[in-house]
Amino acid sequence: MSVTYIDAIREAQEKLLRDDPRVFLYGQDIATFGGAFKATKGLADAFPGRVFDAPISEDAMIGMAVGAAIEGLRPIVEMQFADFSSIAFNQIVNQAATHYYRTGVPIPLTVRLPSGGTPGSGPFHSPSMDGIYAQYPGLIVLTPATVSDAYHMLIDGVALDDPVIYCEHKFLYRWLKSKSINGDHLPIGQARITRPGKHATVVAYSAMVHEAVRAADRLASDGWEIEVVDLRSVKPLDIDTVLASVARTGRLLAVGEAFPWGGVTAEVISRVTEEGFHLLDAPPLRLNAHDTPVPYHPKLWAAHRPTPESICEALRKLLSF
Amino acid sequence: MPADSDTQPFASGWTIDRDFLRSTFRSMLSARILENKLSSLYKAGKIVGGVYLGKGQEAVSATLGTALKQGTDIFAPLIRDQAGRTAFGEPLIDCTRTYLGAVTGPMRGRDGNIHRGRPKDGMPAMISHLGAQLPLVAGMLFARRLKGQLPGVVGATCVGDGATSTGAFHEGLNFAAVEHLPLVVIVANNQFAYSTPNNRQFACSDLVDRARGYGITGYSVDGTDLLACANVIGEAVHRARLGAGPQLIVANLLRLSGHGEHDDGSYVPDSLRSGHHGRDCIEVAMRQLVENHIATIEEILTWQDETADAVQRAVAQAQQEPLPDPYRESWTALSTSFPTVPNTHPALA
Repeated sequence: MSVTYIDAIREAQEKLLRDDPRVFLYGQDIATFGGAFKATKGLADAFPGRVFDAPISEDAMIGMAVGAAIEGLRPIVEMQFADFSSIAFNQIVNQAATHYYRTGVPIPLTVRLPSGGTPGSGPFHSPSMDGIYAQYPGLIVLTPATVSDAYHMLIDGVALDDPVIYCEHKFLYRWLKSKSINGDHLPIGQARITRPGKHATVVAYSAMVHEAVRAADRLASDGWEIEVVDLRSVKPLDIDTVLASVARTGRLLAVGEAFPWGGVTAEVISRVTEEGFHLLDAPPLRLNAHDTPVPYHPKLWAAHRPTPESICEALRKLLSF
Repeated sequence: MPADSDTQPFASGWTIDRDFLRSTFRSMLSARILENKLSSLYKAGKIVGGVYLGKGQEAVSATLGTALKQGTDIFAPLIRDQAGRTAFGEPLIDCTRTYLGAVTGPMRGRDGNIHRGRPKDGMPAMISHLGAQLPLVAGMLFARRLKGQLPGVVGATCVGDGATSTGAFHEGLNFAAVEHLPLVVIVANNQFAYSTPNNRQFACSDLVDRARGYGITGYSVDGTDLLACANVIGEAVHRARLGAGPQLIVANLLRLSGHGEHDDGSYVPDSLRSGHHGRDCIEVAMRQLVENHIATIEEILTWQDETADAVQRAVAQAQQEPLPDPYRESWTALSTSFPTVPNTHPALA
């Protein structure tokens, strides 16, 4: 019996609905239909009056959820695709994110963003929005890479009093399986050393953790021991764990699936350079998607994002310095 | 009268009484006197940022605020709703503290002027992005329904003619209609969105026609006429409270000031200023109260003096109170704090 990443997201929502009467689910096609990816399958039947279909009105969906959060409820809003949240951008960054600072009233709202690319999804169903939301004060941005994190971080995220942007990776939905939903259950705000090593540190998050581990496996046959750090949440960013890793390895590569201008990898490199310049034995590197929209064809898509090959290439460059 | 006759069973239960009109008028007066003072403070350099007046919109705004019940209902005021805020029960000191940036105010110097509220008391704090409060108020009502607390509750917000062009206005009103929520939306059509006239804003002959498109009840009212406002807005709130779903009221009036006090409004043609919508709703209301024996001139003059004193006290008190201190500011936008201990791998421990 194995559990997939999407099972974990569904299980977490079921547990939340069961344990917390303040929780309700809102999104397009999520009630009887169970959602475009079936993340809410069966929940409308199991919890009558707690799971609602929304009109195709992303702005109103988040505006509504902010209002419900003011009233003490804990809405979980499913955006059908992460990039559709661009329509709700105003309500997320100006209404939800500023609310606690301005009024002292926190907004315990969780926005689920089915993120990242899959083959054939094309420019409007594939982007990663993590860096954009992390840039705004007042938001927490979670990027689970494992089945266990997908489960625990959704439950722990909903328990937070602040607005949470939960970036779930669509490529991991059914591909990623685990024997159990349990795990180390680290708190939100702590990165994980996914694979210990001593020659270089790869910092990754979400689906890129798995590509980084693949690259590390390949280099192991050449005798290189690569440490992989999974950020788990990009905001808060656990730079202490990253710095401690760089202190051991002296070399840093930051890998992300988002577009290359700015974003999470730039933030990691910038902070390590600022706070741990003396720890570095080589100039730090970063690897992101290409600076184009996410392409449709599987061959283009696969080469648009970092791959085990491109990560290995970057690591060899880093190790040869 | 409602433009949509489908919901007639809910009609005609609303009657205005003397106390409603007296109370509404006092809020109108209070807003005008307070805002004149705010304008002076701005021109004297005592208020930074901007001052935005509801001059010409007091009858509409105050009527809505009086028809709502503080403690039960939800009111999300917008830029020109000082009168409605006062009528709903917001103390004057919340206004002066916010304009002057006092830390004792609800926004503590972190936000200013009309961007203020007490969300837990049913008054959300507006953001500048127009139309955004519609889905928010609808969401508060939706939550009340989930909590089993909706019966008898009304949520209301005001927008201008410009906000009707936004996606948020459409999405919010459509959502409220789909959920049949007791949301009252007033469109104060003051003829200009900042400097842009109606004919560059929308192409329909009357904004009230939009109500039919959403499947909700729509009303038109002369926003310069207190008695008309009390009849129409009062009835819309009453019907929403009885379960008739969203109500859209288009109040026609003219903004009797610039967009803010930095703007002289010179783009408003004289023909509009001297026309029907250019008349001052406070003067009209005074006449109506006196002619209908609802208040005497002497009473009105007494209210004016009392309000002027109250405004003076609210300004003086806020001016004496501490301003925000950047060295004591927490500089955090989250209520959550996170651990900062570096993590290790079991193999490294």
